[in-house]
Parts: sequence; structure tokens; C-alpha cells
Amino acid sequence: MSDASLSALAAQLAAKQVSSCELAQQYLDRIEALNPSLNAFITVDANKTLAEAAAADALIAAGKAGSLTGVPIAHKDIFCTDGWLTTCGSKMLHNFIAPYDAHVIQRFKAAGMPSLGKTNMDEFAMGSSNETSYFGAVKNPWNTAYVPGGSSGGAAACVAARMAPAATGTDTGGSIRQPAALCGITGLKPTYGLVSRFGMIAFASSLDQAGPMAPSAEDCALLLNVMTGFDPNDSTSLEREKEDYTRDLGKPLTGLRVGLPREFFAEGLNNEVAAAVEAAIADLQKLGATPVEISLANSQLAIPVYYVLAPAEASSNLSRFDGVRYGYRAPEYANLDDMYCKTRAQGFGAEVKRRIMIGAYVLSHGYYDAYYLQAQKIRRLIANDFTEAFKTCDVILGPTAPGTAFKLGEKSDDPVEMYLNDLYTIPANLAGLPGMSLPCGFDSKGLPIGLQLVGNYFSEAKMLNVAHQYQRVTDWHSRMPTNL
Amino acid sequence: MQWETVIGLEVHTQLATKSKIFSGSSTAFGASPNTQASAVDIALPGVLPVLNKGAVECAIKFALAIDATLNRINVFDRKNYFYPDLPKGYQISQLAKPIVEGGALKILVGDTERTINLTRAHLEEDAGKSLHEDFHGVTGIDLNRAGTPLLEIVSEPEMRSSAEAVAYARALHTLVTWIGICDGNMQEGSFRVDANVSVRPIGQAEFGTRREIKNLNSFRFLQQAIDYEVRWQIETLEDGGRIEQATVLFDPDSGETRMMRSKEDAHDYRYFPDPDLLPVKLDEDWIESVRATLPELPAAMQLRFQSEYGVSAYDAGLLTGSRALAEYFEAAALTCGQGKLVANWVMGELSATLNKAELDITQSPVSARQLGALVARIQDGTLSGKLAKQVFEGLWEGAGEVDAIIEARGLKQMSDSGELEKIIDDVLAANQQSVEEFRSGKEKAFNALIGQVMKASKGKANPTQVNDLLKAKLQ
Repeated sequence: MSDASLSALAAQLAAKQVSSCELAQQYLDRIEALNPSLNAFITVDANKTLAEAAAADALIAAGKAGSLTGVPIAHKDIFCTDGWLTTCGSKMLHNFIAPYDAHVIQRFKAAGMPSLGKTNMDEFAMGSSNETSYFGAVKNPWNTAYVPGGSSGGAAACVAARMAPAATGTDTGGSIRQPAALCGITGLKPTYGLVSRFGMIAFASSLDQAGPMAPSAEDCALLLNVMTGFDPNDSTSLEREKEDYTRDLGKPLTGLRVGLPREFFAEGLNNEVAAAVEAAIADLQKLGATPVEISLANSQLAIPVYYVLAPAEASSNLSRFDGVRYGYRAPEYANLDDMYCKTRAQGFGAEVKRRIMIGAYVLSHGYYDAYYLQAQKIRRLIANDFTEAFKTCDVILGPTAPGTAFKLGEKSDDPVEMYLNDLYTIPANLAGLPGMSLPCGFDSKGLPIGLQLVGNYFSEAKMLNVAHQYQRVTDWHSRMPTNL
Repeated sequence: MQWETVIGLEVHTQLATKSKIFSGSSTAFGASPNTQASAVDIALPGVLPVLNKGAVECAIKFALAIDATLNRINVFDRKNYFYPDLPKGYQISQLAKPIVEGGALKILVGDTERTINLTRAHLEEDAGKSLHEDFHGVTGIDLNRAGTPLLEIVSEPEMRSSAEAVAYARALHTLVTWIGICDGNMQEGSFRVDANVSVRPIGQAEFGTRREIKNLNSFRFLQQAIDYEVRWQIETLEDGGRIEQATVLFDPDSGETRMMRSKEDAHDYRYFPDPDLLPVKLDEDWIESVRATLPELPAAMQLRFQSEYGVSAYDAGLLTGSRALAEYFEAAALTCGQGKLVANWVMGELSATLNKAELDITQSPVSARQLGALVARIQDGTLSGKLAKQVFEGLWEGAGEVDAIIEARGLKQMSDSGELEKIIDDVLAANQQSVEEFRSGKEKAFNALIGQVMKASKGKANPTQVNDLLKAKLQ
């Protein structure tokens, strides 16, 4: 069961070969077995999961099932989930039980997909290794001495270890794609505005976007069909006609122009990753695609721009965690200011505090123009580079991350080294473009390598088409860690 | 040294929308604490603001009413600071691009009309309330008000006395209630005034250092606070002191202002555009559709009252003190066609009686139609002014309609000239001395005779008729 695709699971459910409750129980058993070593889940609640599965079985029995009804899924602990602990990986929310469902959760519930639990993540989605979680680091299923990437590290690890057939993630600077790459699964960050952010705890509002994580592109397409859609509760949600993201999966790639950004194959890229990506380009050429060299010159400024804008927004977004209404409050304090200071000093981890301080600094009087405004201007230039590039290519291809998974603790003392891991993923967030990562090989240590695709606005179907065709002729995505 | 006072006002008007500016919660006043606070209002993790179009339309109405510039692209900014009644840790406001820029308001101080220019007006959300009184050693937080839409209206520093400041605040209060964007209830905090006050030697071009008096919730407090503050600033300067920029609070009990925070304590609000809200475009169609909902404005109505009803400019100003009053006047005037007389009654007897009973024009027991009917009976000679007052009393007591009261109380003016002639003959016969005096040239005696006739008729004689008949008989 554990390597079955979503469509295969759905078919088994429809054919009544398995019930949703049985399926959920199988995954719960695997979570119980593997979570102690991987720490991919923060919250598991078998009773809630099985109740949702029973409801799905009732829908199936009544003939009211949708295409994925009964297939379980794990949710990143950044999505508010009614009645579930929703911690965002932070001590600040260690006791917060959400009284409402995020829009994404509502959609999966409406689709009849039971929740397997809430997955571990970097605190407030700030991190690239899942080591900043208050609930401890997640381990990479391919080698538990290594990080799974972040911030959706729990989601990537649980899918890679087949503790869940699929998971939700969020991506602010690569938080779906980089852990997908490091764990050898497929993950997609949609065009900004395609998936509602309502109920998704905000890190950097203008960059945050939720997306699917699963073994294959086909799985991601099915999940995207569930997740996307206009939400009047999110002012940045886009009102568009409903799309079927599976519609182009089978299209041949003949004539496809694949843009290769010079800057993504330059200094800093690990040789084994470069070789795997080159091999993937060759595979795509065999499928009829043509490589085109392009330039994204301003993308080299993506990291400094991101580390001005994302902390600026975060410093404000995280102000609501003040100990007044919910979440953590320091046990002892002398007065109001002291309560704020102690609550936030004790409730937030080091990386979150670092970003709040950076953000407050770049927004402060006298520095706003030099940092925040300047960064916004460069952000526009980065987006313009993509617009230019898409005049000569249909999809952009490169490595997802400069290397494969690194060891736990290896980079945690050097924030800048850690930030560089998102060098190739951040530009798509700054431009609001869709991006995805799919497995394209393994390094000599047996760790997965990720291939990134970046598409033009709303070209998710095309990206999924490219990824699916590639996955038809390769088997990287269906390999599973065997050491567990 | 002679000093000049310089005042600019910032007025927070709560907009009369049914729901909050960024959530669907009710804005009604007076509900139990935190019963009108949704997930968005209490800033739960993950919630997002959605702009209430009605609040934008209020701002558009205001801009049109004061002939201001409407910014076609509206950006909302976050003003960041920590306070327990500010759930998000930031207030959504407008900094760089307020929806309204410029515009002007005419004020009348005594007989002098002045134009006060406005700087800007911007949309923002209100904070909740911190309740310090009912709790021992702790502070209660009520977030019902959090997210209530506000239009913060900022004037230029163009007022030169507390009287001008009050006149401006009153004119603004009239306007915002007139166009229906604010209920104007100052006790409930719907219209809150901050006054920036400074003084300078007369003739000096630069402004003095200002202090801001926060949260004045009545016109009387506004006047008292400014007067105290001006005296304090002048005394301080004349004693050789310096004014430090500060925010102060007015204590109505002591009549004094006291320091709340100095400039050094000022926050760095770290304003930046709210990424949760897209810029709002105002297109011409939207603006025009809002314009179509605007009522006739006070200034236009004043001119029309003068030309259509012949009332004086001064009376027209008073009659347009509120939209309800103006509508009352016009309805009464249309009932009888006697605008000037109606104006006298509205500003005289009716206002005095309402004031005494502490009632608003909207609560008047005498309807506009009834007052019009009363004036019609004065005009057609049925009632003298004195009798009319008695009928008015009847109307006030709810004794019925005008004609019924006249009938029931026998208040009809004497119109039968035979009956009146008989009374006059009796009076002349009984007052021979006055008749002699009049004939010998004492004009005063004539008035005494009129008085006697009116008395004998129990006030029901028509004074004009008495005058004419008496003159004829004495010739």
C-alpha cells in the first residue's frame, strides 16, 4: 500500500478493496512506527483521523464520493485546523487549539480527505533545515543524520517515508521545493494568489503560498485541483475560472522550450547536483524539448532582497503573538512591557527573533528607504527578468537547491550559509511565479537531488505536464528509503 | 507681548457602516464586552482583512462634500505598535496616500465667515478599549470596538481661537452627520477630537511648538481644554520657559491639561504597505454612483432657503444646523408657504421648548406638518401670535390637530366685526379719559385703548382689525 499513488488509492477505495478507515489505520501505524525516529509529526490524533475516515467511508457508501474521498493527507502545522493543536512549530503556540479551519483545510475536508495529523516545521516557517522547530528537528528519511530541508520538512519527510500519501506545505522562499528536493519527493508552489492564505499562519504575506507535496507530479495535480480556488476571505486570492490541473499531463513535450538560467548553473552549485540536472535536461531533450539559454541577472540579488522583505513583513505579522489573548505568556512579569518582553523572549526561538529584529530594523525611521523600498524596486527587476525570459522559453529549469541534504547541525550556527540554500527557489516567490521540485537522481551518499521548474504565471498545468512526462521515463520519484 | 493662538484639529469620526472595516462583525455600540469580536477582530493566527466597501464610500462622500481631491489609488499601511487593545500589534491605516486630500469647510464665528482648509482624511481601523475601572489590579480588554471604521480628518493649522476651533468642529460634526457617514454621538466616541495647539508672538511667521490635546469628546471640553492650554503655554513662555512637543490629556474635573507623553517617548511606527490588502482603485463610475446618493449639502441649502423662503442668511445658517432641523423647517414651510414665519417659530418657540425639555428636533412632539398648519392659521387671521402660542402648547401636549385645538379651547380670533365694534364701543364709553387724552394729541392713550379692547376680547380680537376700527371711531 505504502507506495501507491493517490489515483491508485482512490481507485482501491472506489472499488471497495479498502476502506478509508483501513487506509488511515495503515498510515497511522506507519506514523507510530517511524515518527519516533523521524519526528515528522507534531500532532497525531488517531481518533480524530478515524472519525474523519469513517465519514469519508459513509460518503463512499452513499455514492457521494469525490475523486479523492477517503484518501488521507497530512497537514503542515501552519494551517489552522479546528479542534487540533496548531503550533506553527513554536513554543509561542505550543498550546493553541485553532477554533476554525484554514481555507485549505476546509477544501480538503470538503473533498472528504481525512487528516493524518499536523506535520513538523521550522518555527513560523523560518528555516531551511527544520532545525528551528520548538518540537525538535525532523530527520531525513534517506539518512537520519541529515536534515530534511525546511520549512515544510515534516511534510517532505512524512511523504518520503510514506507515512502519508501526500501532504500540504507552504512556500515563502522555497519551503515546499527545497525540502521536496532534499527528501526526494515532488512539491509545487503555485502562482501567488491561487491558493487562499486564510487560516495559514502568516510569515511573509506577499510571498507565502500553500501547495501540494507528494511522490509524483500526477499526485500534485490532483491535490492542486482540491486546493485552488477563489476565497473572499483573502483579499489577495485570485478570482479565476476553475482549472483541471491534470488536463495536460499526457501531452507530449515536442517543441517545448526549456530555459536554462546561466546564473543557476554557476559557482556554488554542487557537481553531483549539476550532473543530475544535466542528465535530466538530456532526458527532456529525448522527449522532444529544446534547451534555451536564458539570463536572470537580477536573481543574484534575490537573497538580500528576500532577507529584507520577508523579515519586514514577518516582524509585523508576528506582533500579534504578544501573550495577551492566546498562546504562550511568560509566567512572571512586573508590568505590561515586561510581559511583552518576557513572553516574546521566551516564546520565540533564535531564528524567529533574528528575523523580527532584521525586519523591525529595515522598517524603522531613517532606514526604510535604503532597505525596504530599495528591496521592493529590485524585487520588480527580478520579476521583469522572468517576464523577459518567458518570451523565449516555456518553462525554466535548474537545480532546486545548490546541494543535497546536509547534516543536522552542520549549518545551524551560520545563518548566511543556511540562507544560501534558497538561492534558486527565492526568485519565484519574489516574482509570484509557480515553481516545483521533482526528484532527478541521488548523490554518492544516496541523498536525493531535486530538479526545479519555474513556470510563467498560471502555467501550473504546463509544469505538471513536463514533470509528469519526465516521471514517465524516470523512476527517481518512486524510489523509497529502504533503511527505515 | 501679544500672542496669537494657532490650532489644528484631528477628528476621528466613526463611520456609520453596519459592519467593521476589515471584518463582518457588527459595529453596534453597547454590546457586552467581546461579543462583537470575530476571529479577525481578535487577530487569531492566520486571519486576513477584507476591506468593507461601505467605509470607502463614506470617505468618497466626505471628499465630495468638501470638494476635496480623491486619491484614485488607495494604499493601506500598517502602523506598528504594541498595546493590549490593539490585537494585531499594528493598526491598518493610510500614511502616504490618504483617500482624501485637501478640501475646505466654511465656519461662522459671530458674524464672520471663515474658510478652514483641510489637509487630509484617511481611513483606518479603531482599536479596542482597555477597561481599568471595574477590575482590581488588572486591565480588562474589550475588542468590540476593534476594527470599527474611522475617517481621521485633519485640518490645516488655520484656527486662531478656541471659538474658531469649536465652530470648525461643529461645522464638521454637522457635515458628517448630514451626509450620513457618522452618527455624531460624542458620548459614545463616534466623534473624537484631538487639538494641536501652539502660540506665537503676533507677527511671527513660524509656528510655536505645539502640544496635542487628545480625545476631547465634547465641544465644551474642546473649548475649555484649548483655553487652558493657551493660557498655560503663554504663561510658560512669559515666565521664560520653553514649550516641549508633547501629547497631553484634558481632565474635565480639574479643567487642566496634563502630560501624557513627550516627543522622546514617541513611537517609531514602522509604517509599511499592508501586504494583505491590495491597492483599492476608485474609478469614475464608482465615484459618480456615490455622488448620486449625496443629499443636498448645508451650504447649498442655506442659499436656497434664502432665495426660496426669504429667510435671512443668519437664520438659514441656524436652520441648517442639522439635516433633521433643516428638513423639519422645509416640511413645515411647504405646508403653509410661509417660510419666514416658520423660521421664526422654529428658531423661537419650538427651539426654546425643545431645549427646555432637553429634546432633539427628531423627538419633537410637534410635527413639522402641525407647525406648518399652525403658521397657516396665523397667516389667515384665525390666530393672533398670542393665541398661536396657546395652540402650540396644545400641540406639544398632544391635544390633537391645530384646528381641533382652536375649536376645543375656543381660541379662534374674533372675526365678527359687529361683535368687535360692540366691545370697542363699551371700552370707549368706559374710558372717556383716555379718549380725551388721545384727542388732545397723546398718542400713548391710543395704545392703552387697544390694550383695553384686547383684554375685553380675552385676546381673541385681531389686533390689526382693532387698530383700524378704533382709528375710525376716534376720528
